Amino acid sequence: MTSGTKQKDHATLAGIFNDDEARVDWHDKTLWFVRHKRDLAARQLPEWEQLRNNASQIKNFVLSNLHELLLDFERNAIFNGAHVHWAETPEEHNDIVKNIIARHGVTKVVKSKSMLTEECHLNEHLEKNGIEVVDTDLGERIVQLANEPPSHIVLPCIHWKKEEIGELFHQHLGTPKGVSDPVVLTSAARQHLREQFMTSKAAITGGNFAVAETGEVVVCTNEGNADLGVQLADVHIVCIGIEKIIPARKDLAIFLRLLARSATGQPITTYSSHFRRPRAGQEMHIVLVDNGRSARLGSDDYRAGLKCIRCGACFNTCPVYRRSGGHSYHTAVAGPIGSILAPALDMKKYADLPFASTLCGSCSNVCPVKINIHEQLYKWRQDLVRNGHVPLSKRLGVGMMRIALSNVRVFRMGGWIVRRIMEHFPSILTGSFNPWSKQRELPAAPRQSFREWYKQNRAKK
Amino acid sequence: MTSREKILAAVKKSQPPAPPSTPTRLDGALPVEAKTQFKEIVKAIGGSVIEIENTGQIAGHVGQKFPAEASILCSVPGAGIGTPPNDGVVFEKLNLVILRANFAVAENGAVWITDRLLPDRVLPFICEHLALVIDASDIVPTLTEAYEIIGSDQYHFGTFIAGPSKTADIEQSLVLGAHGPKSLTVFMLAEKN
Repeated sequence: MTSGTKQKDHATLAGIFNDDEARVDWHDKTLWFVRHKRDLAARQLPEWEQLRNNASQIKNFVLSNLHELLLDFERNAIFNGAHVHWAETPEEHNDIVKNIIARHGVTKVVKSKSMLTEECHLNEHLEKNGIEVVDTDLGERIVQLANEPPSHIVLPCIHWKKEEIGELFHQHLGTPKGVSDPVVLTSAARQHLREQFMTSKAAITGGNFAVAETGEVVVCTNEGNADLGVQLADVHIVCIGIEKIIPARKDLAIFLRLLARSATGQPITTYSSHFRRPRAGQEMHIVLVDNGRSARLGSDDYRAGLKCIRCGACFNTCPVYRRSGGHSYHTAVAGPIGSILAPALDMKKYADLPFASTLCGSCSNVCPVKINIHEQLYKWRQDLVRNGHVPLSKRLGVGMMRIALSNVRVFRMGGWIVRRIMEHFPSILTGSFNPWSKQRELPAAPRQSFREWYKQNRAKK
Repeated sequence: MTSREKILAAVKKSQPPAPPSTPTRLDGALPVEAKTQFKEIVKAIGGSVIEIENTGQIAGHVGQKFPAEASILCSVPGAGIGTPPNDGVVFEKLNLVILRANFAVAENGAVWITDRLLPDRVLPFICEHLALVIDASDIVPTLTEAYEIIGSDQYHFGTFIAGPSKTADIEQSLVLGAHGPKSLTVFMLAEKN
């Protein structure tokens, strides 16, 4: 988001997404279909809950030993022949990556999916410095051509319809107008991106897991775009957050059994590539990024967010995400997990996100590493109110509610007044100051309160 | 202080005390008929399994699907088909690559292959079609057993390959052959008696 322009909040952006009701229904159903596939996959493993417990415990172990594990990882990665870099901030990360690429005199780089580089806005930085970035995941390439951020961490263009992608490809890749068959469009993208792979000397990937014991980085894709990029390039740059470390190689058995099943319902992604040493003549760089992670590690309330393995299951199950779309969250990682991660980076800018939830708890129930997402959402709301990041209308409303609910007389009087208003001037309560009245009608007001009714009908008996 | 020192100091200060118990890990899953499950799963994820008695049978199967002029690279001894690696072949033009792989996993149809069996690391990703050869006796039930076999192997690069390259990024419609192979065939060598 560009600074200077006022960022619209989640509710406003969701409102815009909701203008097209048919599209919302389609978006909702498509994501629920993915959630359903996750359920089918999970139920095939009797040990599913045990796997979740183990994954959660291993991640807790990582958080308690991160300092030592980072040192182990660094030592082993260097032993393997990789260069390890450390970046405190997104700016530092972007500069490190830019300098590596610039040193090789390269002006084009292929990049597979990495939410960290989205978080750091790496593409913009590289392009400003004259380096073209080609996102090679099909969904990411689509949103990149459309000059948009991804709307989902696993399914980046889940909000796009095939007819629109056909039009986009017609403009950018020269496919015939009106073509919307996914097979034809994918084939056009394959040819277009193959050219990019064959001519790019540098490849950037994210990393799903970084193994402390072996210094290797594991990258999972279905398309094979990370592998093609890396294996054809002279320089491989891995960009990862410091929380991606896992202790031992055998822990991959647990995480890889959970990751794809949680994400898309596949038993495993097509490629799970273990990059331990660069090829002869190839350079491998690993950039470890903090950007607020070490601070979050010190917070008892929000530390668990660092356990996330970016499967996207909480997105697919969330009734709010499915009906508001990824862009309404105005942050790189949307959905329930994004709503607890973003406020730690900028409480003011993302104060709306913890409220973009029904607190139903489904996110926590599907999370493969058992992050208490909905509890953290609730916790954030309290912290946001305490720090004055909640709009005046909400504070006033809740303040009035507190007075009414803590004083019997005010409660009775208030009830009486509101019933009269509902009866005679209902429009007062459904004005623009009350967002709850959007798409809703007031029920008919009862003549009396239950207390009045009880006194009249029962109390005397 | 460098960023490295700052980050490590911040992490050390922030990290919570260790949990009371070290994490437990699963010791293997329920016994399954690994070979049958593997065949079912590979089919489900868009690949195919062909059972063969010896590597000499590969050529016959390939001949049914590929024309004589197809560009084929084969690293399997005794297959008698295609050109061997290091023969100056243009990788990008390869119609089919046939490689020996390490072992396979029943629960997810994944085949493990490391750089020692890869004449070039890019081969399994750049070809139009890929075939991997494994021994039927080398199929383990789950990833738990898979990582026991991998152990502390000092491979430089290793990858699990499960089915052909695929994407569902356009309206969740599954399309095979996103960037890499459009098909994956696993040749399963019968157990030696």
